[in-house]
Amino acid sequence: MSGEHREYLRKLRRGRRAVALSRIGLFALILLLWEAGGRIGLFDPFILSSPARVARTILSLAQKGELLPHVLTTSFETAAGFLLGTLLGVGTAVLLWFCPTLEKVLDPYLVVLNALPKIALGPVLIVWVGAGAEAIIVMAILVSSVVTVMSVLAGFLEITGEKQKLMLTLGATRTQTFIKVVLPASVPTIMSALKISVGMSWVGVIVGEYLVSKRGLGYLIVYGGQVFRLDLVMASITVLCALAAIMYFAVAAFEKRISRRFGA
Amino acid sequence: MHEDIIAELDGVSLIYHEPRRETKAVEGLDLAVRRGEFLSIVGPSGCGKTSVLSLLSGLIKPSKGNVAVLGTTPEKARPRVGYMLQRDELLDWRTIERNALLGLEVKGLLNERTRRETVDMLKKYGLGDFLSHFPSELSGGMRQKAAIVRTLAFSPELLLLDEPFSALDCQTRLKLEDEVRGIIKQGGYTAVLVTHDIAEAVCMGDRVAVFSGRPARVRRIFPVGIEGPARERRRSPLFAPLFDSIWKELSV
Repeated sequence: MSGEHREYLRKLRRGRRAVALSRIGLFALILLLWEAGGRIGLFDPFILSSPARVARTILSLAQKGELLPHVLTTSFETAAGFLLGTLLGVGTAVLLWFCPTLEKVLDPYLVVLNALPKIALGPVLIVWVGAGAEAIIVMAILVSSVVTVMSVLAGFLEITGEKQKLMLTLGATRTQTFIKVVLPASVPTIMSALKISVGMSWVGVIVGEYLVSKRGLGYLIVYGGQVFRLDLVMASITVLCALAAIMYFAVAAFEKRISRRFGA
Repeated sequence: MHEDIIAELDGVSLIYHEPRRETKAVEGLDLAVRRGEFLSIVGPSGCGKTSVLSLLSGLIKPSKGNVAVLGTTPEKARPRVGYMLQRDELLDWRTIERNALLGLEVKGLLNERTRRETVDMLKKYGLGDFLSHFPSELSGGMRQKAAIVRTLAFSPELLLLDEPFSALDCQTRLKLEDEVRGIIKQGGYTAVLVTHDIAEAVCMGDRVAVFSGRPARVRRIFPVGIEGPARERRRSPLFAPLFDSIWKELSV
C-alpha cells in the first residue's frame, strides 16, 4: 500500500468519525438545551416537558407494567399492517403486470386512491370492521399497500423492453419471464418499497389508535393530550421513535442481505 | 420450399401502425437463406433490417406475403431459432454459467448432458475461468461471447444476429467478428447477420444482401467470394472492390 493510499484511507476514516461524533453531539445538544431551557425558565416544562421528566415517566410506566402492553399492541398492529399491506400490495402489482388491460383500466382508480388521504376513511372503517384492533390494522394496510402497489408496479414495468425481447426469442412464457427476469430485477425496487411501507404502516396504526383504541402508544398520546399530561405524550413519542427506528433498521438489514444475493 | 432453403421471405410487406401514422417498414421483400450459409444483410440505418429478423423469429407477423422457417411457420420454428440481440442482455444476478444456461432452462432442456456441453462451450471460447463470475466483472467482448454461448447452447438450426457487435469498441469488435465467424462456421450453423457496417458484412458473410432505404427491399445480393477468417479477408485484394460495389449500391 502506498503512502498516499494510506493517507487517503486515514482521511476517509477521519471523515466518517467526524460525522458519527457530530450526530451524537447534536443529540446531546438538543437534550441539553431542552433540559436547561426548562430549568432556567426559558419555557414551561409543563408544556414542553423535559428529558428528565420523559425518562422518569417511561421508567414509572415500565415499573407499573403499563408500558409493555401498549408497546406490544402497537408493535403487533404495525407488524401485521406492514406484512399484510406488503403482501396485498406486491400481490396486486403482480396481478396488474400479468393483465396489462386490467392495469390500464384500474390506473385512474389507483391514482385517486393514492391521492386520497386514507385517514378520511377512518369512520367508515369503524362502521365496517368495528372499533377494535381490526380497524387499526385495516387502516395500516390501506395506508401502506397503495404506495406499495404503485412503486412495485412501476418497478416491474421499467424492466420490459430488451430483456423481455430476449426472453421472447428464447421462447419463454410470460410466467417464466416474470419469475426469471422481472421479479429478480425488481428486488431493489421492492426493497425500497418495503422501507416506505414500514413508515406508512406506523402512520396508519397511530392514526387508527387515535380514532378507536383503548390501548397502544397512539392511545397513550391522545389520552395524555386530553388530560394535559405532556410528559406522558412526550414519553410515548420517544418510545414510538425507538420502535420505528428498530423496525426500519430491521427492514434495512433484510434489504441488504437480499440485495447482496441479487448483486444489485 | 427448396430443399437447400432453410428460411424464406416471399413477397413480404410489413406496416407498423401508430395512432398518428402508419410506416411501411418492408415492401415486396423476397429473400432466401440457404442451409449452412452465412448471410449478411446491410442497409441504411432505420431501413427495416431488424424487422426482417423479427419476422424470421416470429416476433411480428407480416402484413402481406409469406414467411417460412425450417419448413414451418416462424412461430412454430422459434424454439429452434437462436436470436442474438444488439446488447448481451445478460442477467446481472446470474453467474456466467447460469446465464449461458438460461435458454435451456426456459425450454426445459436443461439436464446433466446439456449443462456439461454448455460449460464445455464456455471453456472452449475462453470463459472457463469466469463460470462463477457475474456479468459486471467481465469486459464487453467477453459478455457478448457469453451471450453467444447462451444462444448456441440449445443448438439452434438458424441463428439470427442483430448487430451483435455494434455496442463494442473497435478492437474488441474486430477480434469478436473473427471469433464468432469461426464459431459459427465450425459449428456448421446457418446464420443471418444484420449490420450497417459494410466491412463487417463482407468479413463475416458468404453472401451480402444489400437492402434499400425504407421500405426495405432487396436491392442486390453479392456473393463474397473471399475465403478465410474475418480478419484476413480485410487484406484480400478482392476486399476493396467488393466494399466499393456495395457502397455504391447502398448510396444509389
